[in-house]
Amino acid sequence: MNDSTGDDWHRVAKTDDVLDDEPKAVQIGNDYIALYRLDDKFYATDDICTHEFASLAEGFVDGDCIECPLHAGKFHIPTGKAMTAPVTEDIRTYPVKVEGGEIFVNLAKG
Amino acid sequence: MGPLIPMGQTPTFVVIGAGQAGGRAVEAMRAAGFSGRILLVGHEAYVPYERPPLSKKMLTGDGGPDSAYLHDPSFYDDRKIEMRLGVDAVAIDREARSLQLSNGETLVYDKLLLTTGARVRRIAIPGAELPGVDYLRDMDESLSLRARLGAGARLVVIGGGYIGLEAAAAAWARGCHVVVLEAADRVLNRVVAPEISRFYEDLHRANGVDIRTGVKLLEFTGDGKVEAVVCEGGVTCPADFVIVGIGVEAETGLAEAAGLTVDNGIVVDAFGRTSDKNIYAAGDVANQPNEALGRRVRLESWQNAQNQAIAVARVMCGGSEPYQELPWFWSDQYGLNLQMVGLPEGWDRLVIRGDLASHKFTAFYLCGGLVVGANALNNPRDIRFTRMLMEQGARPDPAALADPNVPLKSLLGG
Repeated sequence: MNDSTGDDWHRVAKTDDVLDDEPKAVQIGNDYIALYRLDDKFYATDDICTHEFASLAEGFVDGDCIECPLHAGKFHIPTGKAMTAPVTEDIRTYPVKVEGGEIFVNLAKG
Repeated sequence: MGPLIPMGQTPTFVVIGAGQAGGRAVEAMRAAGFSGRILLVGHEAYVPYERPPLSKKMLTGDGGPDSAYLHDPSFYDDRKIEMRLGVDAVAIDREARSLQLSNGETLVYDKLLLTTGARVRRIAIPGAELPGVDYLRDMDESLSLRARLGAGARLVVIGGGYIGLEAAAAAWARGCHVVVLEAADRVLNRVVAPEISRFYEDLHRANGVDIRTGVKLLEFTGDGKVEAVVCEGGVTCPADFVIVGIGVEAETGLAEAAGLTVDNGIVVDAFGRTSDKNIYAAGDVANQPNEALGRRVRLESWQNAQNQAIAVARVMCGGSEPYQELPWFWSDQYGLNLQMVGLPEGWDRLVIRGDLASHKFTAFYLCGGLVVGANALNNPRDIRFTRMLMEQGARPDPAALADPNVPLKSLLGG
């Protein structure tokens, strides 16, 4: 992600709140973000599916993809890429850092 | 597989039926690298769209047809997919590999895919032809219905299946007075356990929808338009309009006339191949073997319309993967999301995980200890784990299944 417009870090959750099989949805202002844990590495993407209104954090983690809970479209968690029908439009991803057991997300628009 | 088309020719694939299955198929053909000519022929004037919204957000919201489209019209132009919309296929000449269209055009195909879908089952009682006795299958029917779902309007729904119940919930949301008349002794009787039927009957009644089961219809009455539904036992339900949702039948006329093998749908193998090597079928119209279920099925579902069509399109382009997904369905009513996996024909035990009253639960159907299906209310992730339990042929401890504190994942084998 291009950080040229600056940092916009937000503390959003404790690492213990995000489980491998249970991503966590958080709201930052008007942004809905899903947090994921894959092999103890953390990721953040838009939480709302690009197909219909659904929280991806309620979905199923399949390898390094998140499968939407409503219609089973899949997105690649590290890149946000739309992988399988019915989704065609990617979701945004956000830089994540962990400090002292807490997760921070950078919402700076690249 | 050998070469599909002799070298040096530009092959033509024709798809008849521009619903979700047809739309996903042509998309998948291009995604698989097919560079020949693709034509998509459709009866309706719209580019391919998804039908689930027609009984849900299309009725309650104000979105246009485009809100249900698979893709914008430009998607097909960009991929050089030629559309023949508002056009019917009239006849197939299998010998000549040609196709007669209602616009007078004749198309010659190398391979043909039939995604002709299903048509509503018509009700056959006196008065059924009265204006206002309507069905809900197509975009235009949904839009027409929406325009009449005003506050205070009196709607009678015939049939307590998913379409009828979703239409009832949508009409309720729009302020209509709604009566649902079901012939069987419970709603959803073909698809869920009695406990789940009762949950939905209670849900509708709690919202003020009048659900009546075990009803035998006699006739529709009215002067120039429907005004009432008359039932056995002297019961009459006044109606400003009626929605009939009593199921669909496979649209097999074209295939039958062409001499393809038809038996509750066009008979295909796990690759979508019909009895003619140049003709394939997918979606609601296809009667296909399902290895996971151990029997043939004809599925009327969003999942099958999308994923079987994609699988068959890939086969047409030289792929060799059969379609073998476990059937999965959903229904949205009153803001509650029900998902179902499997197609249980029989079960000896129903295990409920969670509390029905909390509107968050999963019901597992067990047969001889095997999980043969599940219904999950506002619990979509459980459906995914159930699918894995079913794929593994797992025999989980019912007490563990029933305990929300035991993760379903822990019941999976290695």
